[in-house]
Parts: sequence; structure tokens; C-alpha cells
Amino acid sequence: MAAGPAPPPGRPRAQMPHLRKMERVVVSMQDPDQGVKMRSQRLLVTVIPHAVTGGDVVQWLTQKFCISEEEARHLGAVLVQHGYIYPLRDPRSLVLRPDETPYRFQTPYFWTSTLWPAAELDYAIYLAKKNIRKQGTLVDYEKECYDRLHTKINHAWDLVLMQAREQLRAAKQRRKGDRLVIACQEQTYWLVNRPPPGAPSVLEQSPGRGSCAASRVHMRGDFYKQEIEYCRRALGRTRVKSSVCLEAYLSFCGQRGPHDPLVSGCLPSNPWISDDDAYWVMNAPTVVAPTKLRVERWGFSFRELLEDPVGRAHFMDFLGKEFSGENLSFWEACEELRYGAQAQVPTLVDAVYQQFLAPGAARWVNIDSRTMERTLEGLCQPHRYVLDDAQLHIYMLMKKDSYPRFLKSDMYKGLLAEAGIPLETKKRVFPFSRRPRHSSPSPALLPTPVEPTAAGGPGGGDGVA
Amino acid sequence: MCDQTFLANVFGSCDKCFKQRALRPVFKKSQQLSYCSTCAEIMATEALHENETLASLKSEAESLKGKLEEERAKLHDVELHQVAERVEALGQFVMKTRRTLKGHGNKVLCMDWCKDKRRIVSSSQDGKVIVWDSFTTNKEHAVTMPCTWVMACAYAPSGCAIACGGLDNKCSVYPLTFDKNENMAAKKKSVAMHTNYLSACSFTNSDMQILTASGDGTCALWDVESGQLLQSFHGHGADVLCLDLAPSETGNTFVSGGCDKKAMVWDMRSGQCVQAFETHESDINSVRYYPSGDAFASGSDDATCRLYDLRADREVAIYSKESIIFGASSVDFSLSGRLLFAGYNDYTINVWDVLKGSRVSILFGHENRVSTLRVSPDGTAFCSGSWDHTLRVWA
Repeated sequence: MAAGPAPPPGRPRAQMPHLRKMERVVVSMQDPDQGVKMRSQRLLVTVIPHAVTGGDVVQWLTQKFCISEEEARHLGAVLVQHGYIYPLRDPRSLVLRPDETPYRFQTPYFWTSTLWPAAELDYAIYLAKKNIRKQGTLVDYEKECYDRLHTKINHAWDLVLMQAREQLRAAKQRRKGDRLVIACQEQTYWLVNRPPPGAPSVLEQSPGRGSCAASRVHMRGDFYKQEIEYCRRALGRTRVKSSVCLEAYLSFCGQRGPHDPLVSGCLPSNPWISDDDAYWVMNAPTVVAPTKLRVERWGFSFRELLEDPVGRAHFMDFLGKEFSGENLSFWEACEELRYGAQAQVPTLVDAVYQQFLAPGAARWVNIDSRTMERTLEGLCQPHRYVLDDAQLHIYMLMKKDSYPRFLKSDMYKGLLAEAGIPLETKKRVFPFSRRPRHSSPSPALLPTPVEPTAAGGPGGGDGVA
Repeated sequence: MCDQTFLANVFGSCDKCFKQRALRPVFKKSQQLSYCSTCAEIMATEALHENETLASLKSEAESLKGKLEEERAKLHDVELHQVAERVEALGQFVMKTRRTLKGHGNKVLCMDWCKDKRRIVSSSQDGKVIVWDSFTTNKEHAVTMPCTWVMACAYAPSGCAIACGGLDNKCSVYPLTFDKNENMAAKKKSVAMHTNYLSACSFTNSDMQILTASGDGTCALWDVESGQLLQSFHGHGADVLCLDLAPSETGNTFVSGGCDKKAMVWDMRSGQCVQAFETHESDINSVRYYPSGDAFASGSDDATCRLYDLRADREVAIYSKESIIFGASSVDFSLSGRLLFAGYNDYTINVWDVLKGSRVSILFGHENRVSTLRVSPDGTAFCSGSWDHTLRVWA
């Protein structure tokens, strides 16, 4: 029986747009001029018209969508899995064989989205038909379902058997070819909607999403008032020209390209490919000798510099030489407040005030008077964002003033010159022998890392080995 | 014959709906405005403050949205692929599965990387949450949640804890311990409480705050220690399915995507929606910021991925192909933002050139839909989780 939550009732084509798209593809495949070549297929003594070969299906998909054969085979397989195309010879196995194997297109009546959802009663009738027609044709899981349904809709069982017999009688009056085709179509429908155990159910959905989105909308006045409010605000916003924004992507990607391991590779080697973790050792968070690429990145933006513990520590040293180290310390303390535990807020605010903002404080930061006034007012009712204005002011000060000077400084230039480029790892002599993959201590085992302090340089200890 | 009196008609832009109509003067709170006849009639039937009919509010919202689209279009002077014409095309990409993580007994629904670039946490339909060292493929921790369909999981920045949740409507934080005598479930902390399933969660810059998204249509920011709700974000009209924190220097915004086809950018401090984008044709399954923080990408059930620029305030690129029929369940950028990796419900992963808009590569390997995809913190690989019970690391 299909595992997982039942497919949602209602409008399947809306909830599952891929069904609609598959149906469009299948319809264009059946176009008399542009579609797949149709032929009549001989099955034992019957001739079935409008059949196609698996190979032709794949070729058509390759040409129509300009894709590789592998992708076309995959797409074809997906169409078969969803029951839009079914095999004539081996109808139990919904698999696409890219050769002379014959297939046919499912009739729209039996499309999953048409006959939706698959009803228990209909399934019972189908299984009953199979059982009546030839005893023992029901496969194990079908027998189980049959028994279960028999118990479940016992009250309507007479109806089920009557319907089954009626449908079988009506089928006998059709030509053998038609009978075969209809049987195949029906079987395909049930293989898709009631897959055997072990086979993936293509119709399975995540829970909760099924319920129509519209039903959950709070279509009250508040919702629209909020939208109106938002639109009014948005209309007043300044926008930037597309050309300016898009150029920014080009320069960003261009600058970072050589630093992107998946685009440009990485030296000495990508650990996932070579099984050698040297790259991680060399680029550990706190390492004595950062690589050249890493030191270069500090020059890309102030944020990059601060995010790298080694870079930040060197910047702190530089600020120390200029007697403005308290700016960075203040910024760090504000970050701690913003992302800290709620319970710590009053204590942290007080600590920051005492150390950086109070008149005569040991590490007094130079903020303009207006911001200072506003901040001091806010301190009466401390909350985690109370220092935002001051923090931003100091951040911009460092970014516009100290940071550019750092980049021009001898210290930075020296670091850049010292930094080395790792050599590429020699390819292994025996490519099939695997290098042993070293494990590393979990961060959960290590003592909580200490933030690089104002006093010292990069924190002691190397990264993981 | 009777006398006919003619009104002098003033034409212009209505102050309420902005349409070009014949206007008449109207007084609202002793301020004179010019309304078109429709709006004037609407106003006449309105009571003060209350009882604005749903229909009139709806039409006002619609017309404002229309005006907003017009404003956005005014500054759109060039397309991304035009600008990208002078960029060198990418070479052939050979990306293979380098690790396969087997161990989940059911569909893998979500995964997240640890900052140490090699450990990951993954969660599945049967309630199991596993922490792996994916480099060696060893399992390091395993927890069984009391609920099924654990749709969200996240690794704490320090690497000392994980958060997860799903059909239990909660987000729980488990400190990671190697002590054999301790049961991880014993120290579990219940942090978030929603009224419907949890679809996504993420730690902010520290272990002490968590941002969650839920099927009840809201997002929320929580204090881990106390479980206190710090801020809630209302505005989505349906389930919120995904969220991502902005990598900006002032670190104050995040984007969320939902079943209402909208992607919304929020200010974490005030709880207000700052920007909203509604161009997808179906549920948005995944959102991820471009590395510079100036844009974000979204993957949706309409089989497209789209790029939205925050400064231009509009959609700037669509990544789609006629042969891609199934929805994209998860997206992520490579380190430089040049590549966009997207996992789809047809079991494949497509790699897009973000600038040129073309597909670079298609990766096969999974045997059921790809449900989650994340690039590692240093960009050396990406990991995909699938309903086929496995996770794969590709490089």
C-alpha cells in the first residue's frame, strides 16, 4: 500500500503543476505531424495501433528539448513512472527501455490528474475484476489490499462484485485488441496510484502542503490593510537602476571566482576529491601563516576582514598602533549583546556602558554627540538593540577610515608578501588506492573557542589536524 | 425640453487609486482630496474607521500593487544576460558524488553544515536526526525525535548543538555530547512553539538565538536559553516553507518564502516586512541569499529558480528550461555566486550559470526527489539529501 500521507483532494493540477506540464509534453508527442512516429504493434495474434518504441520516444525528447540522450532517457522514464506512457509487453514494470520495446500513450481518462483522487471503491472493483477473471492473478500485495478492502467496505461488497461482473461482461463485447489496451491502461493507472511496496510512490507529497493554500489565508481586513500599508511604504522607497545592480554581480563574481573552489579548484587539492585534508589544515580558522588567497580576501570588503579571526586579530593590532583599538572592542561587545542570551542583556549593556561610554571610561569611544545622547537615553530601558546606533557609527568609522589605511599599511603589505601559495598535491601513483581519511575532533569536544582578544595576536593553537 | 446642467469635469490621477479618471473633490478628516467617482462612492459607503468592505480593501491593495510594479519597471534598463555577454563562459564541469551517506531508514528531509566544513546534521521522515563527519562518513550522534517528518534541522555556529523540528510544531535544541552515559534527549530544550508544522529553522550569529518558519504562516525569532519569543513576523498568506539570514554587515534582515508564492524580506528588529516579491507561479520551496547579500535566489514548484535584486527591488533573472518539469526543492550558491545549484523533485540536480542564465550541468544519481541541498561553508563541495534515504556530497 502506498506509504505516506494520502494525496490531497481538490484541484491536483494546481497543487502539482508538474502533472499539467507532463500532460502538455505527452499531448505534443502525439501530434500527427510533429509527434513521435506511431506504428502498429503486433502482440501475439493481436495488432495494436498507435504504438511507439522506447527508442523513438527518447530520440524525440532529445530533439524537441535540445538535451543530451541521458537527460532524455531520464525525462522519458519519469513520464512512464507517472503512467503517461505504458509498456505493452511488460505492463507491470513502468520502466522506459530506449530500444524497440513498444509503448502506448495513456488515455486522458486514466491520467492521474483526471481521475483524482484514486477511490478505494474503484480499486476494490479493479481487484475484484482481476480475481474473478482468473483466480490467482492477484499478486501478494494485491491480495493483501483485496482482503483489507473486503473488511473495510464489507457493507458495499455486493456492489463491488456486481460492478466488477458488469464491467467484465461489457469488456467481453469489445474487440480483443481494445480489451487488451483498456486492461493495460487500467493496470498502469493502478500501478501509479497504488504502487507495490518497495516501489517509490510518485504521487507522495510533503504533509501539510496538500491542504489548499487559499484556505489558510487570513482573508480578513487586517491582511489587506497590511498589504496596503506595505505598498504605500514601498512606493516611497528609492530604487537603483538595473544596470548598476547587475554590473555589481559581474564584478563580485569576477573578483571571487579564483577563490571559489568549485569554479576554479583549490590548492593543494580539494579534500573531497583527493581525500587529503591539507586544504583544511592550511585554512584553519586560527592559523599562524594564512595563505595568499586568504590575505587577499581581507582586501575585498571590511566584512570579510572582520569575519576571518586571523584577519580581525591583525586589524586589532593595527588599530592598537593607532590607539583606536577600543573601537573594534566596542563593536565586538555590541555584537555580543545583539546575539546574546536574553537574560544577559541588562548586564551586558551595563558592562559596555561602564567600559566604553561612561564619561571617563577606561576605553572611551568617540561617538558624535547626537548619537551619544540618543544612546544614553535608551540605556534607561536596556534592550538588545539599544546600542545599534552607536555600533553602526563606530562600524562606519572603522570601515571608512581605519580599514582603508590598514590596506595601505606596511603591515598588510607585508602579510600579503609573506603569504604563500600552496603547491598542488602530486597525483597519487596508484589511483585506485585510497588515501586514509583522517578524522578530526568534533567542535563539540573542544573547549569553547575564545574570541581573539584585544591584547594578543591570533589565538593560540592550530586548527584541526 | 428640460434644462441640463453640466458639471465641470477635472481629469487627473485619483488620490486613492491613482487611475486617470474624472475627479471630484472629497473631504477626508478635513483634508481635501480628489477622488474618482468609484473611490468617492466607496468612501461614501464606508463608515469611519471600521466596516471598510473586504472588496474595497482588496481592490485598493490590487491597485497599489499595480502602481508598485509600474514604479519598479521604470528603472529596469537592461537584462542580466545582456550585461553578462562579455563574461567568459564557464568550462565543462565534472562534478561527481564523492561521498554517499547511508544510514537513514527513511526520506531525508533536511540537512545543514557545521562551520568546521566537514560535519553535517540531517533529519528524516522517521524522526531520526543524525550528525555525521561526512569526510569519513562516520556517524557521530543520533537522536530520535518524538515526531515524524522532521522537516527542519540546523547546526549551531559553535558546533556544540543542533536544532530540529517538524510535525511536532516545535523547534528543539539538543546540545551535542560525547558522554556515553548521557542520553542526548535528556538535555533537550524546547525552544519554539508554533501552531502548525515547523518547516525551517536557523541559528543567527550565535548559539543563543533561533529563527523559525512554520506552516502556520509566521516566522519567529526565539531566545534559546529561555524559550522566549523575541519577535514574530506576520504577513505571509499561507505556509512559510523556507528562510535564509542575510550576510550583510549590519546583519538585520532575512528572507522567507511560502505557499502564497511570495518571497518576503523582513527587518529582524521591528518585525516588519521590508520588501516583497510575488512573481513565482507556485509555492516557493527554498530561498538563499547571493553571497554579497544584495540579492537572493528562490526555487519553486513552478520548475523555475529566480533571482531577485534587493536594490533594484525586482526579479532580475529566471533559470528555467522547457525540459525541466518538476519543482525545485532547494537552491544554494557557490562561494563566488557564479554557480547556482538546485535540487529538483525529478531526482536531478541542475547547475546554473547565475550571470548568463544558462544551465551548466545536470547531475544524476539520486533515486528519489532531492529534498535539500547546501553548499559547504568553504565552498569546496555541496551536499544533497533525498527521499531515497541517502545524502550525497558532490565536488
